[in-house]
Amino acid sequence: MIDVQSLKKSFGSNQVLKGISTSIKKGEVIAVIGPSGSGKSTFLRCLNLLETHDEGSILLEGKDINEMELHLRKKIGMVFQHFNLFPHLTVLENVTFAPQQVLKISKSEAEKEALDLLKTVGLSDKANSYPSNLSGGQKQRVAIARALAMKPEVMLFDEPTSALDPEMVKEVLQVMKNLVKLGMTMIIVTHEMGFAKEVADRVLFMDDGKLVEDQEPAIFFENPKTDRAKAFLEKVL
Amino acid sequence: MNLDFAQLVPSIPYILYGIWVTLQFVAVSLVLGFLWGTVLSLFKIGKITVLRWFADAYTSVFRGTPLILQMLLIYYAVPQLTGIDIGAFSAGVLTFALNSAAYISEIIRAGINAVDKGQKEAAMALGVPYRTMMLKIILPQAFKNILPALMNEFITLTKESAIVSVIGALDIMRRAQIVGASNYRFFEPLLLAGLVYYLLVMMLTLAGRVMERRLAKSD
Repeated sequence: MIDVQSLKKSFGSNQVLKGISTSIKKGEVIAVIGPSGSGKSTFLRCLNLLETHDEGSILLEGKDINEMELHLRKKIGMVFQHFNLFPHLTVLENVTFAPQQVLKISKSEAEKEALDLLKTVGLSDKANSYPSNLSGGQKQRVAIARALAMKPEVMLFDEPTSALDPEMVKEVLQVMKNLVKLGMTMIIVTHEMGFAKEVADRVLFMDDGKLVEDQEPAIFFENPKTDRAKAFLEKVL
Repeated sequence: MNLDFAQLVPSIPYILYGIWVTLQFVAVSLVLGFLWGTVLSLFKIGKITVLRWFADAYTSVFRGTPLILQMLLIYYAVPQLTGIDIGAFSAGVLTFALNSAAYISEIIRAGINAVDKGQKEAAMALGVPYRTMMLKIILPQAFKNILPALMNEFITLTKESAIVSVIGALDIMRRAQIVGASNYRFFEPLLLAGLVYYLLVMMLTLAGRVMERRLAKSD
């Protein structure tokens, strides 16, 4: 579904991606892990053009993503570390905004679908609240519902639980697990190793802008091939 | 002390009618200045170099020269060049709109830049086009942040509008001067004019507070 070929990206003189190649099949759940500054988030952001890559190519269903900006983003949903909910809109308006504005769905239909989505993330009762009245975990669940409202084919998660208080991590991971069960294609940048081990089909281990390992989680977490991955796992597990 | 307000009484309606003139003047200038200022601020944060350069130069010139000079140029000098006589009221409105747009564009630019960049990214990731993103996501948040600064600018505009009296527009200030000259007593009419301006500014301040409170409902 997504083919990435020798992806390179620099910020000024700092090369953050040094040639990443991988491909992701429909329905796969990919966990991207690695130390801070390894380029995980940049890699993810390149996939929906929040960053434009310098070299290499990204193909979505065989088409170069550079030529399909708005269309691409309708197909790829994204969840951010800091939620980025629209603070001046209610929870319901946050979820219905893009379907109404981008997909041109009627307000009543968008609201109906939004309420269904809010139900699946367990926040039906918060539909008319503003984001400032929600906890971090609730905000992130709304953000997931907002992304799902666009009916994306792929969901990107950029450290979705890193900004949360520890007791709120679980509720967000639970929502994500439900998505996995529904067969959603997901690429998740995360520091939650237990979660990665449990739900991922593949683990991409990145270090210093390179894709160091690309493995099934069972193999990666038990028998990492590279010393770099071994050292990293020893620190975090 | 030699104050005689009794002599002023017959002229009070004449001066008060100036409120209407001043309000019209301020309202039109304000709306035009605000719209033009918003456009300029979008030029400033946009990607098109020529427009950015234009907006920066524009602001620099209008902030760097006296307002009264700008007004006299538009009122006296433009007709000299083009032969089009635009009248005191229009010349005043035009000057104030052009001038306040320069200040307002800076206020709005700062307000837009102060909106968390995650907001833009979230909108982009949802496939929201630039125009919609600006109008529905970024600008509403920016306006909330800049409302106090914007009200300040509107208050300044209301007070500074008194200088249109220089080119003969019959606003509160001009009327107070005319009454002063005909009665040969200046203190009373000017005091009345001052009171009227003060009350107008207080009303604007109150309106600003009400708006701020309404916008704060999402906090």
